[in-house]
Amino acid sequence: MKIEGEQGKSKKYGMVIDLDKCTGCGACMVACMAENNVPFKQDESDKRLSITWMRVYQLTNGKAFPDADICYLPRPCQHCEGMHEGHSPCVSVCPATATDYDAQTGIVSQIYTRCFGCRYCMAACPYHARHFNWWDPVWPEGMEKYLNPDVSVRMRGIVEKCGFCFSRYQKAMEKAHYEGRRELEELEYQTACTQACPAGAIVFGDLNNPQHRVHQLAQPDPRRRGRPGNPKAFRLLEELQTYPKVYYLSSREWVHKAGHKAELIKEAGAHH
Amino acid sequence: MDSALIPKGVKRCPIWQFALGLGIVGAVLLWGVYAMLLCWFKGLNQTNMNDYYGFALWIWADLAVIALGGGAFFTGLLRYVIGKDELKNIINYAVLIGFICYSSALLILAIDIGQPLRGWFIFWHANVHSMLTEVAFCLSCYFGVLTIEYLPLVLENRQLDKVPFVHNLTHTMHEHMAIFAATGAFLSFFHQGSLGGVAGVLFGRPFAYREHLFIWPWTFFLFTWSAAAFGPCFTLLVTRITERIAGKKLVKDNVVQLLAKISGWMMFTYIIAKILDTAYWAFTTAPSLGFTLKDFYGTNGFYNYGWLVAEIIVGGLIPALMLITPKIRANRGMLTLATVLAVIGVCLNRWVMVLQVMAAPVMTFDEWALYVPSWQEVATTILPVAYGVILIMISYRYLPIFPQEAELNPITPEDAEGVQASGDSEPVLATAQA
Repeated sequence: MKIEGEQGKSKKYGMVIDLDKCTGCGACMVACMAENNVPFKQDESDKRLSITWMRVYQLTNGKAFPDADICYLPRPCQHCEGMHEGHSPCVSVCPATATDYDAQTGIVSQIYTRCFGCRYCMAACPYHARHFNWWDPVWPEGMEKYLNPDVSVRMRGIVEKCGFCFSRYQKAMEKAHYEGRRELEELEYQTACTQACPAGAIVFGDLNNPQHRVHQLAQPDPRRRGRPGNPKAFRLLEELQTYPKVYYLSSREWVHKAGHKAELIKEAGAHH
Repeated sequence: MDSALIPKGVKRCPIWQFALGLGIVGAVLLWGVYAMLLCWFKGLNQTNMNDYYGFALWIWADLAVIALGGGAFFTGLLRYVIGKDELKNIINYAVLIGFICYSSALLILAIDIGQPLRGWFIFWHANVHSMLTEVAFCLSCYFGVLTIEYLPLVLENRQLDKVPFVHNLTHTMHEHMAIFAATGAFLSFFHQGSLGGVAGVLFGRPFAYREHLFIWPWTFFLFTWSAAAFGPCFTLLVTRITERIAGKKLVKDNVVQLLAKISGWMMFTYIIAKILDTAYWAFTTAPSLGFTLKDFYGTNGFYNYGWLVAEIIVGGLIPALMLITPKIRANRGMLTLATVLAVIGVCLNRWVMVLQVMAAPVMTFDEWALYVPSWQEVATTILPVAYGVILIMISYRYLPIFPQEAELNPITPEDAEGVQASGDSEPVLATAQA
């Protein structure tokens, strides 16, 4: 269902990440944590306890030198649309409506003050994009003064995740409304990771808008629930019908294969 | 000392022995309570759960006790709705076990959630599309029904029963018990099913995901079916354990045989459905999502094909065949073995549908995630067991749980003297002989 209210036409904000450009520097992860007041601990060696809204995976093709190849894959929340709009794996299971699919933006939100920490959404997410606050956040002395005032900090016992820097969207919309506009320019709303990426590997915008770079790069086919038209593009685990709004670009076939299970590759293989 | 509270016509162990047993189990209970308080006050960082294992030991225990507690609703259905009158001799115990299982499940959930003080949000901000919402509503309602079913038993205590109002209330409640039994069966169908649905709807987790019939995945029906089939086995097993500890027969053979036979046929039909479900999932559903059976069982040393064999054959088909074969069922040892295998089988099923779902990698560059629970998790999982043992000890001592006990174990003159010497002025022997 499309909602065309006072905010104008419904958007489908999404991301395109060029894996051939990503150097694995981790700037996106740092920017994400700073922007969103993501807590951290002294010991972050156990990655299954680390809160990383944006996590960069290192993939290898498993071959020995000189054929060895590496790819870094940044993984934010995939903001899945699901089999019908809003039927994301996590949104459909949350018992307290603490995570929601915004039909105006396509963003999967998390309502921290409503989440009671059952963790069903974490079990439902195949991308491990959701993180639980096992501890209360403890900021190094003085750092609390540097927290982003636009983003609420979270308490122990609830789940959090990437929200495509939703506070930036709200701020941009406030400014637009103040100026008497209903629509945002492409660059008015950009995520922190996009802006921090030194290689320009991350592109963000409205997938419904042909003027936006994400649309041009991914070439989503609305009749096939956003399947990419660009043969270089793929989505993670396309076969599960989660229909993510994060697209990956690569000219390397083994990287495409790492993106989803073997059976679908045969179909995707026809593209490249 | 407490003989005035002990039901007429039955013999109980001396109070010191009872207190000693209570003390030992109470110590285990306190250990669990300490761990529970640690989790509540310090948070879930006391566990070894992590972002891969959001569901872990507790949720398995939760699902397992609810399945095992299924004996209450199914025996109630058989006794009050279908009219298997013999089962009136075991229904009290089935209800008590169900009450323990369900109250334990609610306690586990209260410990498991990250913000326990917000637990009521599941009712207030209910997402009607979530299986967990359905679980919460039906589980709470059914616990209310179980309390109503257990209450008359408590009120039948010898001293309470002397109060005319209480006596009449108990009588009236017994008269209307069929309504509660039917309500309980209805509610159980949905919450047992929605617990199965919790895993079955996870379309992002091909290990758990199942095809749907209308809005319900097949696991919905399999969970209800298995709880009805395996729950009575747990009732029979706990009855057997109680008999061994008490050192006497408490339920007549014809009652045990009837429940075992029905349970066996339920298990047999369930296991056929489970095999069909597994085959369809392995050869149709999972491949359509890009996975093969080898991805789930052939790439990890711990979760190997042995789990499938253990759950379906050893814990399902074999006990089912044992229970539907009259000769084997009539043998007390074999009957106990079958119930033990069945209980292990259903617990394995719930384990697989919780823990293996979390363990199996979905992204191609992900790895199997194994986890070992912390002592706090183990202690809080044992806590309900200790609580259950204590409630059974108290209920068995002071309430007329087993209607056939007095008839099966007539009190000898020596026993009667012993009881009377302890201060009971009631004519115990006369009651027993009557």
